Amino acid sequence: MAQIFRPSANSVAKLSLICFAIGVPSVWLAIAGLSRSPANTKQDVPLNQPVPFSHQHHTWELGIDCRYCHTTVEKSSYAGLPSTETCMSCHSQIWTNSPMLEPIRTSYETGTPIQWNLVNKVPQFVFFNHSIHIARGLNCNICHGPVNEMQITWKGNSFQMAWCLQCHRAPERYLNENITKPGQSPRQQVFNLYWELQKDGVRGLSIKQRDLERGEFTGSDDAEDLAKGRELVKKYGIKTQQLADCGICHH
Amino acid sequence: MSDSETKRPSMELNDKNQEPVEISQQAVRGQLTGKAGKNYWRSLDELADTPQFQEWMEDEFPNRSTLLNINRRDLLKFMGASMALAGLSGCRGVFLPQDKVVPYVKAPEELVPGKPLFYATAVTLSGYATGVLVEQREGRPIFIQGNPDHPASMGALDSISQAEILNFYDPDRANNVIQQVNPGQNLLGDVSTWEIFNQAAQKALVAEAASQGSGLRILTGSITSPTLTRSILAFLKKYPNAKWHSYEPTGRQNVYAGANLAFGKPVDTLYDFSKAKVIVSLDADFLSSTANPGSLRYARDFANGRRVSGLAGSMNRLYSFESTPGLVGSMADHRWAVKPSDIFSLAMALAAALGVAGASPVGKVDQTSIAAIANDLLSTNGACVVVAGDQHSADVHAIVHAINAKLGVVGNTVTYTEPIDATVTHRTGDLKGLVEDLNGGKVQTIFIVGGNPVYDAPADFKFAQALAKAKFKARIGLYDDETANVCDWLVPTTHTLEEWGDARAYDGTISIMQPLIAPLYQGKPLMEIFGLLAGKPANTYDLVKGYWKASGRFKGDFEKEWRSAVHDGLIKGSAAEKITPALNLQLTSLTPTKPSSGIEIIFATDPCIYDGRFANNGWLQELPKPLSKMTWDNVAMISPKTATSLGIEDASVVDLSCNGVVVRTAAFVQPGHPADAVTVYLGYGRTRGGVVCSIPNGEGKSGEGDTRSPGGFFNPVSNFDGGGFNAYLMRTSAAPHFSTVEVKAVGGVTTVATTQGHAPIDGDHVKQFASDDREVIVEYDLDDFNKNASKYVEERKAKSKEIHDANMYPDDIYVYNGPQWAMTIDLNTCIGCNACVTACQSENNIPVVGKVQVARHREMHWIRIDRYYKGDSENPQVAWQPVACVHCEKAPCEPVCPVAATVHSHEGLNQMVYNRCVGTRYCSNNCPYKVRRFNYLNYSDNQRQFDVRVDEKPRIPLLKMLNNPDVTVRGRGIMEKCTYCIQRINEARIESKKAAREIRDGDIVTACQQACPTQTIVFGNKEDKESQVAKMREDPRAYLLMEVLQTRPRTSHLAKLRNPNAEIKSVTPTETNS
Repeated sequence: MAQIFRPSANSVAKLSLICFAIGVPSVWLAIAGLSRSPANTKQDVPLNQPVPFSHQHHTWELGIDCRYCHTTVEKSSYAGLPSTETCMSCHSQIWTNSPMLEPIRTSYETGTPIQWNLVNKVPQFVFFNHSIHIARGLNCNICHGPVNEMQITWKGNSFQMAWCLQCHRAPERYLNENITKPGQSPRQQVFNLYWELQKDGVRGLSIKQRDLERGEFTGSDDAEDLAKGRELVKKYGIKTQQLADCGICHH
Repeated sequence: MSDSETKRPSMELNDKNQEPVEISQQAVRGQLTGKAGKNYWRSLDELADTPQFQEWMEDEFPNRSTLLNINRRDLLKFMGASMALAGLSGCRGVFLPQDKVVPYVKAPEELVPGKPLFYATAVTLSGYATGVLVEQREGRPIFIQGNPDHPASMGALDSISQAEILNFYDPDRANNVIQQVNPGQNLLGDVSTWEIFNQAAQKALVAEAASQGSGLRILTGSITSPTLTRSILAFLKKYPNAKWHSYEPTGRQNVYAGANLAFGKPVDTLYDFSKAKVIVSLDADFLSSTANPGSLRYARDFANGRRVSGLAGSMNRLYSFESTPGLVGSMADHRWAVKPSDIFSLAMALAAALGVAGASPVGKVDQTSIAAIANDLLSTNGACVVVAGDQHSADVHAIVHAINAKLGVVGNTVTYTEPIDATVTHRTGDLKGLVEDLNGGKVQTIFIVGGNPVYDAPADFKFAQALAKAKFKARIGLYDDETANVCDWLVPTTHTLEEWGDARAYDGTISIMQPLIAPLYQGKPLMEIFGLLAGKPANTYDLVKGYWKASGRFKGDFEKEWRSAVHDGLIKGSAAEKITPALNLQLTSLTPTKPSSGIEIIFATDPCIYDGRFANNGWLQELPKPLSKMTWDNVAMISPKTATSLGIEDASVVDLSCNGVVVRTAAFVQPGHPADAVTVYLGYGRTRGGVVCSIPNGEGKSGEGDTRSPGGFFNPVSNFDGGGFNAYLMRTSAAPHFSTVEVKAVGGVTTVATTQGHAPIDGDHVKQFASDDREVIVEYDLDDFNKNASKYVEERKAKSKEIHDANMYPDDIYVYNGPQWAMTIDLNTCIGCNACVTACQSENNIPVVGKVQVARHREMHWIRIDRYYKGDSENPQVAWQPVACVHCEKAPCEPVCPVAATVHSHEGLNQMVYNRCVGTRYCSNNCPYKVRRFNYLNYSDNQRQFDVRVDEKPRIPLLKMLNNPDVTVRGRGIMEKCTYCIQRINEARIESKKAAREIRDGDIVTACQQACPTQTIVFGNKEDKESQVAKMREDPRAYLLMEVLQTRPRTSHLAKLRNPNAEIKSVTPTETNS
């Protein structure tokens, strides 16, 4: 009876063991890497839109308040996307013949809504509420990145759960008071940053304000800030432990 | 491959573990003698307690053995594939298409995206309105709740009215004008247009005009809408010889006939149970929405009369003589199961005992009980009421009018109004007259508005044949149903949520209805259709507003008052005027009902799908009927004693022969059913009218493979998709409610999907729990409780302390912080009406699973109402117990989850995290309350909502619009359970934080609490000592469900109280009908 395995089978066996040992972790790592990469999260990937709307132009250069378009950001879970009519409130007067704005005019005339590409989204089992974050004085740019510098809008952060939990586990690192103007409510301060920017430009901002504006603020570890943050947590009645309960976002 | 094909898990019901347990009735009787009076039981099988039953009962997931047929290699392949896919599912962003976001062109005023808007309107059942608030999200109505300002709702709402939202989105609704060239061929006609229909109708009407409309007929159901009545009358004005007929299959003709006898004119009777200390029901289920249009209000008043808080209290006392076991009998302090033919004698005996002139007892009646009841009634000095069931004869109603007059309760607990139903006064004929005219060739043109007479008319009318004799037959309705099938035209109307309108509530209150959304289909409101036919097209809003402007009801600035009426959903203070009709009745002139020999049959309205008009509603089909817990089917309900004498068992196949018609169905042994009587529910066995209601017999997977049926017979009632049998076939115009029947066992057993044995939690019948001393139901007699409450409290405290001291768990597993959510459920006021179940289903996107899945214990309702029997199986006492997740502080489900998908929150919620769940089901296995539900299949993908679809039309998007956007839609393989409506908690928390205040008591109302007609469920923060829930938790009657398990539930139940009359010792049914 012939041998079942030839001598070369030894090598094949060893090789397959090595491949298995290397292969499985690499596939695992590759998938893990892929799921965290912008290819999956779309972080920092500018997204073309039917109309090349520039946040930089409208908010920074023209100084239009966020809430002019995102009307429900203080009231509802949903920040709100402007209706065609909102666009037309200015563009029926200026740039009335601009070819870039053709889809807006068509939409207004035909009553067909514009289909924008969704930039920021969370999965369907996550229930995010804008209004409470605004009420706690969290600046738009902390989550959305330097929106007021964006020509074409991109997603400022990954919006993966680990990212959310940075703040939900330690809100004191993110809460600030009187960062722009003393005596204002946290909600007012959110938008005041953009007014400051209007006054003297970037040079008028403090380092922390500058960080915020650039969307680079990832929480403060400064002892003084933390002490202030803790005070605010107390003042707002935020129950930090509760903030990381699953049911706060998932239901 | 062929091997695995044959071994593939069978989808049939004949899996080994699903064999219905065959129990001998002798065993039941044997068990009864030993156990009666001591233990609670839920089904006769449980009482008999055979080894097979034990096995079935203790198996939480019967039929899972079939899953083990998968071989090892397949299992490994699946595991490998699942792991790879699980990894990739984290990378969805890479390959999923770009999502779009679509804003408005012109943003509507008032609408804040992400926030609900509520509109007051009304839904009607048989014409009678119940005021509702409809929740609208981004333009879609998604949830119907009661209108707190409306007298017929008081903020609560019954299952049927809540399920209207599903009817609204029903993809099977008629969506086009359809013309049939050859009616009755079961072919879908040609899609037509309103213009063509109108031309055809006008042609027919012009021909009618020549004879002043002598060949013109309108057939409607009950109508209470003043504006619609005016539209119909305006249309008929041109045709003086035309006739308006009305027909309701389970209508209130007997009530009006009884009033005619007693008062010489039809009146509506209203009750005020809030003032009644003693209530006697003669087969009247005034708590059930299918039996009485005022049920929600009555239930509230009745429950308020039974609410006891603290160490002592008083309660009303309810006596019930009942045929089909219903809600009133379940709440009764004394109940007698009687055949319907005995009701007359009982009414007469009661009248005689009370000294009503001319009353003399007839037939055999238990005089001692009657005398005791009479004494009790008289002792209240007019704070009492006697109620007769709508279905009973005019004579019974007349006697009850006389009794109430004698008791001096008229004007107090009983008031009369002119009939609310406009057809009572305005119609010119009933269905019988119409059929005679049709057969006499007198009818050329007929408009059938609503209803479904071809399906539900009495069998002896042979309505379909008669109808065929008319030349122009237009069916105006919501569905392409049996009636539409034999008509020339199907003309779609709009759903209540799509139209302006008005309707009157049970007490006459005028409700103004407003549309929530533009019509989904081509339907038009009835008023517009009549306007079109009359050649005066008008818009419904103008018609309704115009009517009320002209009515003179608004005294001040009309525009202002009208707007506030629309806003409120009703015209305040518009209840019908009370009248005091003069009683003119000779009791001696009434002929007693002949006592029947043999078995009586009761045709009863179905508690879920009513007379069949809601048969296409999956929520209602799957709602367990209150007593039998039956879903998707109707059966022949019989008493255990009758079953023994007929030699049949639960789910035996029987033939019912009645009025020359033989119908095959399954028997169902219903404890508390009167002997020698059979109840069948109407409304099933539809052949047309949508996918859910009319899955054809013999199609799908039914029949074949059902080895338990002899000769492979196919049982029409229990085809596995539900559907039941058509009881109308046995119903004649002479005996629409009761008749006699012959019951014959044909051998064999079939499967019925009843949930009554599902999820056993007590120690009485699950042996492994027997040593636990699990306390499930606690009840006291009121007198005993009033005397000894402090003692019971002490005992309970001592026991709790003992349990607590024996606790081996450390107390500080969780850090509690913030408000602590808790719920209380008062068993004393729960009437078992199922309103909470439907509310939860609607709020929490709970899918419908179909009959096959229910039979496999896979129903998905987060809250169930357990029904416990106690005592003699012929007439047991009933205790209701709603059970949802009790949110244990030491939750057994939590430590066993391998992926931490169920964890505790700092507010004491037992959270279920769907996105973490991998579906091991360990949590459910470890849950002593059996409240967790698992998505075995992709139920929520509505296309597959019901196991068998006869056609595969695209239906998904419409039903998806129904979903509550605040609640995740769960997919296959996910565990779910009651969350205490966490979405409402979170909303209230965020709003309170924005307003810089604490959450107040009453800010959070759970869906079940909101719907409950009797305010049985209370929810709130137990740490707030002023909150209602904190007080209820401290009530002497409060106990924790199975406290001995040391799970520390956050939901407490409050003990049930009964208020028996000491003069009546026995409650056996044999007293009256032996």
